[in-house]
Amino acid sequence: MAVLKKLWDYTRNTQLWNSIFRHGPPDTARNRGLVVLTNVFLHLHPVKVRRSGIRLRFTWCMGGITFFLFLVEVATGLLLMFYYHPTVEYAYVDIVDLREQVPLGVMRELHRWGAHAMVITVWLHMLRVFMTGSYKPPREFNWNVGVLLLVLTLLLSFTGYLLPWDQLAMWAVTVGSNMARATPLLGHEGPGSSLLKIGDISLINAGNDARFALLGGRFVGAGALLRFYVLHCVGIPVVAIILMAVHFWRVRKDGGISGPV
Amino acid sequence: MAAAPGKPASAQAATPSVMTRRGFLSTLGVAWTAFAAACAAGAVATTRFMFPNVLFEPPQQFKAGLPADFQTGTVDQRYKESFGVFIVRDEQGIYVLRAVCTHLGCTPNWLEAENKFKCPCHGSGFYRSGINYEGPAPRPLERYRIVLADDGQILIDKTKIFAQEKGEWSSPDSFLKV
Ligand code: FES
Repeated sequence: MAVLKKLWDYTRNTQLWNSIFRHGPPDTARNRGLVVLTNVFLHLHPVKVRRSGIRLRFTWCMGGITFFLFLVEVATGLLLMFYYHPTVEYAYVDIVDLREQVPLGVMRELHRWGAHAMVITVWLHMLRVFMTGSYKPPREFNWNVGVLLLVLTLLLSFTGYLLPWDQLAMWAVTVGSNMARATPLLGHEGPGSSLLKIGDISLINAGNDARFALLGGRFVGAGALLRFYVLHCVGIPVVAIILMAVHFWRVRKDGGISGPV
Repeated sequence: MAAAPGKPASAQAATPSVMTRRGFLSTLGVAWTAFAAACAAGAVATTRFMFPNVLFEPPQQFKAGLPADFQTGTVDQRYKESFGVFIVRDEQGIYVLRAVCTHLGCTPNWLEAENKFKCPCHGSGFYRSGINYEGPAPRPLERYRIVLADDGQILIDKTKIFAQEKGEWSSPDSFLKV
């Protein structure tokens, strides 16, 4: 024991340790605060959390579980990217390959189950925040950030849906993206788009409307697969991560997790 | 707001190294305008980037062979895969149905035995004419423009759509009399 203590004391006094941690051991309230404040990741989190605020019966830990699932999706998704080609030729066989041949064939299922679970926990988190009135001032802004994160979660699910490139994926996304035809002004079947015309030529048609930009073509094909892949793996996650940072940081700035009234 | 030409020059001649307030503000105005314009141009160009010029999709117009290649009383599926059309010939002539369900856009199947189009997604059914009669599809299948090309072949033009509910099936190009 004495040896361990000596080693510990020695380590804490090395220049290396002190260059990383600029505060003493977390045995005083001040140092415990500094642990959080001087860490780039932890500083997003409230320095102090009310005991009542983290009662499981109050928060259901749904926000935390959602974040955990997001991390699961990032980790499993990154691994899947090592095997998957977003091309018409290979997409489907790569998915089969991931299931049948690649070691730990459950990886893709983990990604899929995690995605389903994340959608559920996001909704439950929203329900909890609503039922506990935690959206009320001063937390209105953070509620709105949360709504954006909900939309991004659903978009992640939607874009990921296409990637297996099977019949279900094709038609689900065909049906889903057909909604973009009805975008006001920018969809060629949407309200107001017929107003945008020069003489007899309408400016918005199937070859240049919102759906076309989403799919990179007139129907769900190679272009759509690649676009959805890029959005799924890079575009939406980056925006989601930025908004999550804002979301967590605002919890702290708005006075920590709201307590039961 | 550009400064009047000549003015800044004389001001500079008086005080060579000092910029006047007016000159500074107008330079600032020009600079911000130029910067905003550059940003706007960049945004437009980036948006345009997302709309490809060349599509690796089948052309919107194609020749489908001679009318004699299609027998009376058949629903022809040879261009269903490649161009997404059914070519139907009856006693009066030939019309081209767009193989896109009017419910949510799946591809219906032609069921010869039951003499109908059936959509696999939510079960909409259409008669041989394209008229919907069961399932959630709200309107008949659309027809494409069909004309005879100079060489006597059928020319199908997918850029022009005829909808029955708008009374367009009576327009001459929606139907090829043979
Ligand atoms: S898309 Fe054909 S029935 Fe729904």
